[in-house]
Amino acid sequence: MCNTCGCNVTDANRHLLDEHADHRHDHDHHHAEPVATASGTVAVLKRLLDANDHEAAHNREHFDEYGVLAINLMSSPGSGKTRLLEATIEALGGELRMGVIEGDLETENDAARIRAKGVPAHQITTGTACHLDAHMIHHALHHVPLAGLDVLFIENVGNLVCPASFDLGQHRNVTLLSVTEGDDKPAKYPVMFRAADLMLITKTDLLAVIDEFSPDRATRAFRALAQEGPVLSLSAKTGEGLGDWLAWLRSEVAAQKTRAAAGETVRPKVQPDGVARHGRGAA
Amino acid sequence: MHELSVCQALVDQLRDLAEREAAQRITRVLLRVGPMSGVVPELLEHAFPIAAAETVAEGAAIDIEDAPVRVRCRNCGVETDAEPGSLVCGSCGDFRTDLVSGDELLLVSVELER
Repeated sequence: MCNTCGCNVTDANRHLLDEHADHRHDHDHHHAEPVATASGTVAVLKRLLDANDHEAAHNREHFDEYGVLAINLMSSPGSGKTRLLEATIEALGGELRMGVIEGDLETENDAARIRAKGVPAHQITTGTACHLDAHMIHHALHHVPLAGLDVLFIENVGNLVCPASFDLGQHRNVTLLSVTEGDDKPAKYPVMFRAADLMLITKTDLLAVIDEFSPDRATRAFRALAQEGPVLSLSAKTGEGLGDWLAWLRSEVAAQKTRAAAGETVRPKVQPDGVARHGRGAA
Repeated sequence: MHELSVCQALVDQLRDLAEREAAQRITRVLLRVGPMSGVVPELLEHAFPIAAAETVAEGAAIDIEDAPVRVRCRNCGVETDAEPGSLVCGSCGDFRTDLVSGDELLLVSVELER
């Protein structure tokens, strides 16, 4: 596969070109410069977010250089992302060196909450943008002391739709589902939950009063997305179930150290589109 | 509404392409967008003229073709149609499948004038 000329022709997608564009390809070399024909059609076959993917790969190289595990936290607004981070810092502050990038449309409130726990936090205010992208993270990294960190949490804008489409350079996606939201959320927002390397059911202390929510149903909806990833339940408020999350986090941090020492990296299990099938991987 | 961001990325690609091909104008753009890409084709169509305004792609037609959601079962190996909210095997019902189509977010081809 050629990584230099914009050609992304694979066995899986070659038919797209055959169907839609006059083109000439040097199939022997699996290498195709965009070629204009008499009709003025140029075959491209490139991911629309190719530029973002490249910048994300660059961010990932930075994380790997310092052996830092980058976790992208995604969920609806108000599902407890910041509260989870506070509880995590309280539990592991003496053990892991953590940093946080916060994404919100407005305010420094979340970064202030994290800093109050003694952890470096940089707030990205997106204005009207509904998601973080790799470029925003690249800029934020100028304000984050990667050299002193074991794990960097990126708390994405609260939104179950848009953040799933943009690679930031993270190694893992963690998607939260609070029990106040309804157990059918994975079925309603399949792109988001399919992208999760771990689904965290949060605010389980409220299950006593919200009997409409069934963790089993939520897990079944998650599995229906061809999801083999782990599902953990916790209450950051009471600490119930927190140990399982901390154990997952510890093992991921250790795995990242091992990978980084070996010069290897990892990407979230599911990419924002099957890069391997449809086009050039940015990593 | 991240479709505008996606269209801005598209217009950036079109600008680079027009320069490389020495094109005066982009007249038509073909995309392939599957339902599992997280991008809504109708919103892309609405956002494109906004992102393309005052660029080489201003006034270009945008065609977006769908991609069916298809999975291949890791248990029985059969490839079947699926739904965005249910990617289980249509043959044996196993949930361990791989998506083989439906998450595309691709610029397929471009028509231009030199």
